[in-house]
Order: sequence, then structure tokens, then C-alpha cells
Amino acid sequence: MSGSTTMARALNTALRDAMRADPTVHVFGEDVGQLGGVFRITDGLAAEFGEDRCADTPLAEAGILGTAVGMAMYGLRPVVEMQFDAFAYPAFEQLVDHVAKMRNRTRGNLPMPITIRVPYGGGIGGVEHHSDSSEAYYVHTPGLHVVSSATVADAYGLLRQSIASDDPVIFLEPKRLYWTREDWAPQAPVEPIGRAVVRRSGTSVVLVTYGQTVPVCMEAAALAQADGRDVSVIDLRSLVPFDEETVYAAVRRAGRAVVVHEASGFAGVGAEIAARISENCFHHLEAPVLRVTGFDVPYPPPMLERHHLPGTDRVLDAIERLQWADDIERAWHAVSA
Amino acid sequence: MTVVTAAAEPRPTIADHTTLLPGDEPVRILGTDQASTIDSGLVRGLYRQLVLGRRFNRQVTALTKQGRLAVYPSTTGQEACQVGAAAVLGPQDWLFPTYRDTLSVVLRGVDPVETLTLLRGDWHTGYDSRVHRVAPLCTPLATHCPHAVGLAHAARLRGDDVVTLALVGDGATSEGDFHEALNFAAVYQSPTVFFVQNNRYAISVPLSKQTAAPSLAHKGIGYGIPGVLVDGNDVLAVHTVLTEAMERARAGGGPTLVEALTYRIDAHTNADDATRYRTDDEVAFWQERDPVTLLERHLRETGMLDSDTERRARDAAEEMAADLRTRLGVDATPDPMDLFRHVYAEQTPQLREQQTRLAAELAAESELAGGGQ
Ligand SMILES: Cc1ncc(C[n+]2csc(CCOP(=O)(O)OP(=O)(O)O)c2C)c(N)n1
Ligand SMILES: [Mg+2]
Repeated sequence: MSGSTTMARALNTALRDAMRADPTVHVFGEDVGQLGGVFRITDGLAAEFGEDRCADTPLAEAGILGTAVGMAMYGLRPVVEMQFDAFAYPAFEQLVDHVAKMRNRTRGNLPMPITIRVPYGGGIGGVEHHSDSSEAYYVHTPGLHVVSSATVADAYGLLRQSIASDDPVIFLEPKRLYWTREDWAPQAPVEPIGRAVVRRSGTSVVLVTYGQTVPVCMEAAALAQADGRDVSVIDLRSLVPFDEETVYAAVRRAGRAVVVHEASGFAGVGAEIAARISENCFHHLEAPVLRVTGFDVPYPPPMLERHHLPGTDRVLDAIERLQWADDIERAWHAVSA
Repeated sequence: MTVVTAAAEPRPTIADHTTLLPGDEPVRILGTDQASTIDSGLVRGLYRQLVLGRRFNRQVTALTKQGRLAVYPSTTGQEACQVGAAAVLGPQDWLFPTYRDTLSVVLRGVDPVETLTLLRGDWHTGYDSRVHRVAPLCTPLATHCPHAVGLAHAARLRGDDVVTLALVGDGATSEGDFHEALNFAAVYQSPTVFFVQNNRYAISVPLSKQTAAPSLAHKGIGYGIPGVLVDGNDVLAVHTVLTEAMERARAGGGPTLVEALTYRIDAHTNADDATRYRTDDEVAFWQERDPVTLLERHLRETGMLDSDTERRARDAAEEMAADLRTRLGVDATPDPMDLFRHVYAEQTPQLREQQTRLAAELAAESELAGGGQ
């Protein structure tokens, strides 16, 4: 693969730059110190900043997040790592009852500027509990920002923004994309969290996606182009806040939309987005908003995961099911012939 | 106001509490006079299992390098713990293993290929837990510990003679579920033995960053549970200590926390680079205390290791290894429809629809493939 920098390296640089810029930023979690994290995202931080700034904790996620709450109450800016998606669950109580609610219950007196990094998603041949897409739990919890990067540049920018945010941010790292490369040099982020980006502009259908499935949608869009479908791809980057403006503008123009994510479909992020598009763009729609998602099953074992993961074929298939005028014409001819 | 006297509850006095503390030194038997008092049939049996266990670790590691398994957390260096754990279980007892404890599951009598499906990647749990009385290999750390307590409690409520043995790592003793399990076990006086294999590391994190306690066995006293410290590379000591704990539980004496001091010779898994956090010298130190070598030395010194015993142990191990190579050397062919089969007792309409969709996709795929011929 070409390009100078991996997403893993950009994340590492973001942490380093944030720690250099702000002495209140503290990184901690399981194996983040000497090892540099199991994905090496914190590589070299303990050496540069010392163990007070980048610390291996005891193995206890509730303890990690709970102590982060206390540290935040005292004015520090914790950045914690949950080693894998499914291993964040022991911290759920701290997250939902304290991290998410603290600002509200204290009338803003105790903000929680905590960044919770969560490598998420599958496609890496991980065994049980290493491939969950858990974003729906998080986005359903008022008080949390939820973001996910799909490019090297965004990994850096979004992580810097997340750390700078005075609210808690769930930072979902698409682990399948850790080793994708881009030519990139660090740039101070300009936009705040909450802005989607149009990765590819097209006039006939909009694919709305984020994180792991952005490359899938880009590939599908290129393939669909060959079939004469002019496809937009919107990378949400931020699930909460949700950038309605960018999404609605594109959907109103194209009249057709498909939401794509790896997580299970039932009551997932796609359901929320599809509902909002229907509520706000109804008169512009030529077809119902469709979703392409993982099945409503526990994440499968490595040998079966390819059947679960939404790939380009399923996206292309959804695009074809969007009630195109030429299809209707064809059907009409078939009936009248 | 009525004064409730402590006498109403039969509690140990403060002085008695010291009996809950582990000894200053781990229990050792190899190299002591006690070694010769242990039944020679038992010792030879444990030897055969150790040899088999080491071979299992080597073979599965090799198969993983060949890409036959997705990942393998090896117990090389911890075989005495694995052997001891499997050996002390009665047929009616239950084992609660972690991802690392495949060897103990195999020694419990579960087919190795069924044991390894999790790590081979064709299904999560490949064996029938109820048939073998072995819970699924558990990856979310320490979360199976309360299960072991619950099962033992249920069996006791039903009047059944069942003891549960929960295996757990040193790092996992920091998790809340471990502590809640100890407390429930103590309050219920459930027949559960907690067996901590302290292999010094939780991936890269050394024990010194995990706990400030004098030992992990000391964690028992706060819950009113006796803690025992044992040399985890001394299979006779592990077997003896675990046997005592199991018997105590069986006799209604409640739970025990056993900590075995051992070492993970291999990296955390094949995907881990252990040179980032530990020295070769440290590994060499522990290789000197290899559990297989330690027992072999004892057998030689006492004249128990005749060439026949040794050969038969090696032959059995080679036979097992050959079987592993044959059966894991071919591609598994899991059925994609398994995605939908066991999510609920009765499938939801949505799942049925999704299953139909995948089946149609696969049919179209194979038609395409067939059409090319
Ligand atoms: C709840 C949870 N958090 C994190 C992990 C990731 N993880 C897998 S093994 C491991 C280290 C476990 O160390 P220890 O308990 O000492 O067992 P060992 O691997 O040494 O046998 C970690 C952090 C996990 N499996 N579950
Ligand atoms: Mg360990």
C-alpha cells in the first residue's frame, strides 16, 4: 500500500502532540505503557512523558474509567484506552451513570473532558469478543459524543478535537483500517467535532457511512459509476453530534440514500439516520432509505465473518433496489410486451 | 434497643483469621521428603500428562505458525497447573477455564479439535459444556468467576455433590467480577475453588503494577476465604493443594483461593512480542524451573523413570500430536447458516428473513462459480 503514514501512526502522533501541548492530558489503560498498547497506538509515550503521563493500569476497565472521572473532576484531561470493543463493557456503569451524566447533574459544574479510545469492529480475524461494533450503545446515551475516523488525516484531527473537547468523547478506532496508509503530515485541526465530509460527490444516490465501512462504500461507488450510477459517499465522522445539514443537502439533491455500517441493523445507528432522512427529506425521496448492515447476530467466528460483514456486493445490491426509473421502464416494457 | 451479640453468628475470632492467610513460602513438594510419600501411580500419571501437555503446546503453536489457528495463547511453562487442575476434578465437577486453559480442557477429556474451535476460528465453543462439565473458554477476564459460584450454589441447593474449579490469571484478579465472585462464594459458602495461575504478566503488565498485596492468595482473607500459595511448577504441590481445596469444598467447608506461582514461557499469544517487556535472562531463569524437567529430575533421582515409562509417555504424546496435525491440517468448513441458528431458541421473523437473504446470496455465488466451468 502506498502512502507515508498509517492510521495507527497518526493516532500516535495525535496523542503525542496533545500531551506536548497540554500538560493536563494523561493517557492510561491496559498495556499502554512499555508495550505501547496491543495496537501500538501509545508507542513511545511512556518513554517521552514518563509513567505519570502514560500509565499501565491494573486490569480493570471500570477502575480505569472510574479513576478517569475523579481525575477529570480535579481538572485533568484523561485519555483512556479500552483494549478492544467488547472489553469496554465492564466500564459501562461508570460510562452511563457518571461520565455521560456528570455535566447535567451538576448543572455544568463538573464537566468530563475524557476521551475514551475504543478499537472497534471486525474483519481482522479476531476470535470471540474482539470484533464488536458497539456504537449504538454509546450513541443512545445522552451526554456522550461519539466519533469515528476513516482516514489517516481524520484520525489525527478527530483525536486532537476529542481530547480538546470539554465533553466526554467515545473515539471509535476502526481497527481494520489501522494499517491503511496515506501521504500525510500533521495539521492542527480546524473544525470542531460534528462535521461530516463528502468523500465523493455524485448526483443519483448518497451512501451515508462512517469508520470501517467508508472504504467499502468508496469501492462500491466506483463500481456503481461503471453501471451509470453517480454515487455520493458521506463519511459522517461524528455520530453525535450528527451533521444533518451535510446529509440532508446531499440526499435532497440525489433523492436516494443508503446507510451502511458494520454493526447489526436492528435499532442501530442506520435506523436513526434513515428515520431522520425520511422525516426531513421526504418530498425529495425517490425511494425508501435502505440500510446495509451486519446481521442481527452475535459477531461470528473468524471463518464466518465475511458472510456477516457488509461488502461492496451488498451495497451495490441495495443501490439497485432504489426504484430507478429505468428499472420501472424496463418492468413496464416487460409487462406490456 | 436490643443488643445483637456476635455469638449469634458462628464466626472465627480475629485470631482464627490468620488461618486464612497463605504461608510465607509457596507450598513445595518436589525436592522435599514429602515427595516420596506420594503414590507412585499418581506421580507417573501426572508425568504422562505433563509430557502430553508440553507436546500439545508445541504442536498447537506450530500449527498456529502454519496458519491453522487464528491465535494460540500457549501454556508452555504452566503445564503443571493445567495438569493439576484437570486431575483433581471428579466426573461430576465443573471446570471454568479461560482462553489460555485449552490444555486443562483437553486433559479433562474434551476432544482437542472441539476444544480448539474458538482459536481455530470455526465456532466459539466447540464442545458440549453439559456433557463434559466444562464451561466455555472465557475471554472477557474474570467474568466466568461468578458463573462458577452460581453453578456450585445451584448444585448445592439441589443437594448434588458438585465442586466448581474456576481458573483465572493474575491480571484478571484486578477485575471487579473476580472480587464479587469471591465474596458471593464466601457468603454462600459455595463449593468453589479459585485457581489463580500467576504467570507474572497480564500481556505486558507485570504483577508489580497489578497489585500491592503481599500475594494474590492474600486476597482471600478480606472475604473470609482461605488463601493458599503454591509453587505452580511443582506438579505434586499443585495437585496436593488443589485436592485439599476440592475436598474441603466437597465436605461443606466452602471456597478456597489458590495462587500458583508460575511463568508463561511463550509470548502472551503468537501475535505478541514479549521482548518489548521482559528480558531473556528472566525467561532463562524460569526455564531452569521448567515443570516437566522438575518432575523428570525427581523421577530419575528416585528411580521411577524407567525407559519404558518414558517411552510410553512420549509415544502417547506423539500420537496425540499426529492426530492434531491430521485433523487440524485440513480446512474447517463451518456452515454459514450457523450465523442464524442459535441466536434464539426460536428465530425471530427478522432473522429468518436475513438467513433467507444470505442463503440466496450464497446460492447465487455458487451458481456464478459453477457457471465458469
Ligand atoms: C475484560 C477484559 N479486558 C481486557 C481483555 C484483554 N486481555 C486479554 S488477555 C489479557 C491479559 C490477561 O492477563 P492474566 O489475567 O494474567 O492472564 P494470562 O493471559 O497471563 O493467562 C488482557 C488484558 C480481556 N480479555 N477482557
Ligand atoms: Mg498472567
